[in-house]
Amino acid sequence: MTETLLQVRGLKVNFNTSAGTLYAVNGVDLNLRRGQTLGVVGESGSGKSVTALAVMGLLPKNTARVAGGEILFHGRDLLRAGEEEMRRLRGNEISMIFQDPMTSLNPVYTIGDQVAEAVLRHRRVDKKQALTRAVEMLKLVGIPEAEQRLRDYPHQFSGGMRQRVMIAMALACNPQLLIADEPTTALDVTIQAQILDLMRQLRDELHTSIIMITHDLGVVAELCDQVLVMYAGRPVEYAGVQAVFASPAHPYTRGLLASLPRLDDDSGRRLEQIEGAPPSLLADPAGCAFAPRCRDAREECRQARPSRREVAPGHLVACHRAGAEEGGFAGGRNAAQSQ
Amino acid sequence: MLASETAAPAARTIMPARQYGLWYDAWRRLRQNKIAIAGAVIVLALILAALLAPVLAPHNPLSGNIIDRLQAPSAAHWFGTDSQGRDVLSRIIYGSRISIQVGVISVGIALLIGTLIGAAGGYYGGWVDNVLMRVVDIMLAFPSILLAIAITAMLGPELKNAMIAIGVVNIPFYARIVRSTVLSVKETEYVEAARAIGGNDLRIIFRHVLPNCMAPVIVQTTMGIGTAILDAAGLSFLGLGAQPPTPEWGAMLSDGRSVMQQAPWMMFYPGLAIMLVVLGFNLLGDGLRDALDPRLKQ
Repeated sequence: MTETLLQVRGLKVNFNTSAGTLYAVNGVDLNLRRGQTLGVVGESGSGKSVTALAVMGLLPKNTARVAGGEILFHGRDLLRAGEEEMRRLRGNEISMIFQDPMTSLNPVYTIGDQVAEAVLRHRRVDKKQALTRAVEMLKLVGIPEAEQRLRDYPHQFSGGMRQRVMIAMALACNPQLLIADEPTTALDVTIQAQILDLMRQLRDELHTSIIMITHDLGVVAELCDQVLVMYAGRPVEYAGVQAVFASPAHPYTRGLLASLPRLDDDSGRRLEQIEGAPPSLLADPAGCAFAPRCRDAREECRQARPSRREVAPGHLVACHRAGAEEGGFAGGRNAAQSQ
Repeated sequence: MLASETAAPAARTIMPARQYGLWYDAWRRLRQNKIAIAGAVIVLALILAALLAPVLAPHNPLSGNIIDRLQAPSAAHWFGTDSQGRDVLSRIIYGSRISIQVGVISVGIALLIGTLIGAAGGYYGGWVDNVLMRVVDIMLAFPSILLAIAITAMLGPELKNAMIAIGVVNIPFYARIVRSTVLSVKETEYVEAARAIGGNDLRIIFRHVLPNCMAPVIVQTTMGIGTAILDAAGLSFLGLGAQPPTPEWGAMLSDGRSVMQQAPWMMFYPGLAIMLVVLGFNLLGDGLRDALDPRLKQ
């Protein structure tokens, strides 16, 4: 249960663009143990998906470059693995599901063919056995009349059903790690809840570790054990889910939590917002990337990049001011209230 | 969940043809398009003429009675006779075999090579794409009939060589269409998903990308057959394609040229046949485009 499955250390990914080098991921560390779920949160462009694609080895070859770090899967550095080895891992030991189930299935093949393809690729089975496995998986993800629906095409399924098919495809070979890149973003709220329930149930049944990429803090609270908060390509806070919600230590995390609407708040106050916009990733600023938007930024925040500190056991924060004055931040009081 | 469970069986009963999927929808749309059906009928007539030529043709297409030369259309010779007394109708019917052969083989060459070039360029991008597409651009810089003439002149005036020449000059069109479609299809999430379950490049190109590029390729192929028939007739007219006494429509036009005043039927009927067949393929191609991708129809 406590065996480390995936360890990412100091991952840096740059993109070469016509405007210059874009520092998309800048020093990400994370640790994922067997059967655990890690939530990766942050706004668009914070490097969540790029981190996931780096783990999959699916970064666009023409533009992306891994500038440093290690991705250890069972202690083996995936960044040094060859293409053939990565192909054996993908879909077999590491799987991924994508944001938009409406476009993630190939419109010219039946559902059965597509789920069976993953099995055929990685197991020594014939087409018939692969289809049997496909039926099994479709049943597991809750598709009614799985045997008949096997012969249906993607356009005959609703969005939620397609996401179930995607999950069936991803889990068909019993992967140890499932990367879910905003799996519920494109779905409506009731379907979101069903898909989250399904993922939780499958995680408990199959002991798959999950990296859940999302900007929905509700999803994190529902499903995750650990949370990594990213801002502008850097990890700013990394802790257990309780710690993040109960005592968020980074002003950005506090800002995110404060911006959530609450059902029991009748005061009619406007929601808190984080002033400003995320910085351009084309420059690699000297100080804290969040400093221009941070209410508590001091001179040192603009001068030097904060290093990561452990404010509590297992609770890492990259902020000069974290823990400096307990409860001394405006956002801090807010977050404390919201618990 | 509940809703979808109850709705699914109901949907099955009102949509009995669901297993046909995409292609069934396209066929249904095609059937409603009268102009496309007219094109399909012409194409079908051509195919039937080619298959049933020995049954349909009233006379031997290769030999005639010299005494009957240059006869005007009559009950015995519906389309008249040519300068060697051969029956023009029979020659046109047999000529459909050559036309189909030319259309299918030369478009086949263009389609096969063009698809490979376009798929490689579109999928891999970078220098592969640059090199392949510049070669294609160079080929496009020549007027296609001139390039075809040059190739046939080089290989020797023969029907086989004319087919090769027409195939080669048409490669750029297929390469470009396939490349542009591959460019958009390769960015789709299902291709990324195919990578995420461990597919290799060849498998992804042939199984996931190309089948999704078929619609525009089918349209281009259909129209391309018509154009290829026209080009082959052109080459034969110039004496670079089918050689006498082969009953080829372009060659027949050429034969009739010298006696155009006395025997206009010698040029009229082969010309009409070429026009109808090209028209048929174009109408069918247009209809297929509308049927396969309704969004393209504005």
